[in-house]
Amino acid sequence: MKSNFKIFLKGIIDVSPLMIPVVPFGLIFGVLAIDVGFTPLETMAMSLIIFGGASQIVLLQLFSGGASSLVIISSVGAVNSRHLLYGAVVSEHLSDLKLIWKIIISYFLIDQAFAISNEYLKKNKDHNRYFHLVGGGATCWVIWQSTTFLGIILGAAIPEKLGLSFAVPLTFLALLVNDFRKFINVIVIIISGLVATFGYNYIPFKAYVIVAALAGLFTAMILTKKNKKV
Amino acid sequence: MSNWALILYCGLITYLTRFSMIALIKREMFNDRIREILSFVPSAIFPAIIFPAIFINDMGLIEIDDNPKILAAIIAMIIGIFSRSIIATIFSGLASYWFLIFVV
Repeated sequence: MKSNFKIFLKGIIDVSPLMIPVVPFGLIFGVLAIDVGFTPLETMAMSLIIFGGASQIVLLQLFSGGASSLVIISSVGAVNSRHLLYGAVVSEHLSDLKLIWKIIISYFLIDQAFAISNEYLKKNKDHNRYFHLVGGGATCWVIWQSTTFLGIILGAAIPEKLGLSFAVPLTFLALLVNDFRKFINVIVIIISGLVATFGYNYIPFKAYVIVAALAGLFTAMILTKKNKKV
Repeated sequence: MSNWALILYCGLITYLTRFSMIALIKREMFNDRIREILSFVPSAIFPAIIFPAIFINDMGLIEIDDNPKILAAIIAMIIGIFSRSIIATIFSGLASYWFLIFVV
């Protein structure tokens, strides 16, 4: 049986390649947060308390667009609903753990750590295999906090002309690369994108993220149902 | 609502979505159908952030002509489809955007 530390280290090594895009993402978040009017302390607190790139960027995007708090919070909730899936998938590997470990691991259950540890957890049966997830999550945590901090400091030095805010849609686009190959996903992407773009000015309270996401999920429901009958 | 309250609530809801399934719900409660639908969540939500950020300008209007972001995003998407690499997608998009606004 491998030691806890060895598995923790394996988690760090496995997640490392996925950390490269997190670096510009964190920098951009730090720069943008200051840009839309958060204080450095609030910006750092966002990364520490929320610890989720997508949630934090959505928060900024809607905040700068003047959305109400209720809309921002529910949009963040909608963006996070994918974590329900992650939790459900990894929960079978964590069911024997003490509550305190579940509380700690939940904080580290982020996209990148889930992606690599899900593979590891499926292949290994050691009772301490969850240290892999902690290793991956902790690595992300360190990178995310330090790049946020750097972004806050560099904020003033990065010229607005560079258009770094364009890296936000690019980052989300990059998270979908595998979905562009699947027909139903492409339809869902187009429906959601069109609803958001054309609803941007017409859907009240800036709730376009939620409306578009629901339209996309509804499309997925219909298309997957049809697929099965054929 | 103050910024601090907003940050705390967003943090709370983020944490709860991660914690709830691990702590409270057994895997059996998730049937294949629900799992299938949830697997579409990224495809359903991310475009709602991507599209407006590309097509809508600072004035809040849809901009198709003279918008280098569209071509840059298409290049990034093509690179992404072929490379399946997150890094290559982001950097090819940024590089083509810079090329379009600074060189062309």
